[in-house]
Amino acid sequence: MDTALLIEKSILVVLLFLISLGAAAYMTYFERKLAAWIQDRVGPDRAGPFGILQPIADGVKMFLKEDFIPAKADKWLFIIGPGLAMFTALITSAVVPWGPKLHLFGRDISLQVADINIGILYVFGVLSVGVYGIMIGGWASNNKYSLYGAIRASSQMISYELAMGVSAITIVLISGSLSLNDIVAQQSGVWNVLYQPVAFLIFFICALAELNRAPFDLPECESELVGGYHTEYSSMKLGLYLFSEYTSMFVSSAIMAILFFGGYNFPGMSYFSGNTLAILGIGAFAIKIFLFIFVIMWIRWTIPRFRFDQLMHLGWKTLLPLALINLLITGLVIAFKNGWF
Amino acid sequence: MSLQIISIILGSLTLASALMVVLSKHPVRSVIYLVVTFFFITSMYIMMNAQFLAIVNMIVYAGAIMVLFLFVLMLLNLNKEVEPTTTIGAQFAAFIAGGSLFLVLITALKETLILGQSYRHQDNQIGLVKELGNLLFTKYVVAFELTSILFIAAMVGAILLAKREKQIIE
Repeated sequence: MDTALLIEKSILVVLLFLISLGAAAYMTYFERKLAAWIQDRVGPDRAGPFGILQPIADGVKMFLKEDFIPAKADKWLFIIGPGLAMFTALITSAVVPWGPKLHLFGRDISLQVADINIGILYVFGVLSVGVYGIMIGGWASNNKYSLYGAIRASSQMISYELAMGVSAITIVLISGSLSLNDIVAQQSGVWNVLYQPVAFLIFFICALAELNRAPFDLPECESELVGGYHTEYSSMKLGLYLFSEYTSMFVSSAIMAILFFGGYNFPGMSYFSGNTLAILGIGAFAIKIFLFIFVIMWIRWTIPRFRFDQLMHLGWKTLLPLALINLLITGLVIAFKNGWF
Repeated sequence: MSLQIISIILGSLTLASALMVVLSKHPVRSVIYLVVTFFFITSMYIMMNAQFLAIVNMIVYAGAIMVLFLFVLMLLNLNKEVEPTTTIGAQFAAFIAGGSLFLVLITALKETLILGQSYRHQDNQIGLVKELGNLLFTKYVVAFELTSILFIAAMVGAILLAKREKQIIE
């Protein structure tokens, strides 16, 4: 093993960790400001200019609150739950290609922690395991509202994973690779969303459901379930749950930008080269991620919550057949182009 | 050498967590130990450079099937009082049944050791998606398609069983 490579990757991992956490922290601020703007309020404005220090104040508050474990709770699982949620939210960023190769200190530095050739499957693997944090936490609380939240979360995530996977397969068919790096590199001309608008729409809706974001935030539906799966949680354990939601929002925005909106590609990128290209690419990618986050938040403050049977109906009877038909048509077109008929 | 040490550690951890599945008192904990076992098996596939199998094992077993197990167990109210007591006879029958399944598995897996030798001397790319896909859709295409038909039949059967009683939704 190359020592320089090891150092380079370790720095990248630490940097990604800090960026994900920082982004998640400031997304809470952004969400509150945006909600305030949509509802014609001022929003947080006490801590620092424009309330810019609000996330730090929130973090300090979370740490200083009393950490409480209910008497009838399964103690170990209760502690493991939030950690697991945060862990699965963070590890997806390992396969994301954040930009073109950077040239520093006489070395080509790839801005991707691991270029595994099954990148997209890895994302789905982490996604399917991601539900454990919520399930274990909700069950271990030994509270009926938490249990309902956990059951809702798991059934919702299992249902929407299918349509999401099928719509992602169309992208794999088009690019002929499971590696996220290849998928991004192939979109330097035309972005996939132009070929696959239906798949993108399905993927986006399913991503909202997987993230437990409004209008699909039934697992923590406060008007029915008090607080859902984190009813019994307090202090930084609650903080981790809330944080993991924002971290996975950040990462899934990145995944959507990669699969459908060309990742770090931007129009007119052939005029640049070397480090300028790399930095501009990272900038373009960051802007795309930001736009996705904005749209997700915008939806939360616009559309009312679904009912649970409507949610299941949408997932199984609308999105899944639509995704399958879309997949069939894509396959036929590709077969036709390759001259199979 | 270091690879061998890693695989010994992984193997013993896998066995330990598999034992905990049987030994732990609470069913939910058993399922969680089973998930951990599946993760160790995934790591073994990665050790053998079988990335595709590793990730499929993670998605299907650790992700989907175990979530369903956990889902069902969470809905059952499993208290000590309602736990059914097993008689000596039932325990003996379970021992015989489990033991014979174990024997069948051992004999079946013994053959794969010999079969596996024919692939060993090729480059160790066999576990990657491209090679596995080529092999599945050329050499083993009949077996592959038959398996998929079997799966579809099982799925249709499951749906029929679930829908046998006429239900009115909405």
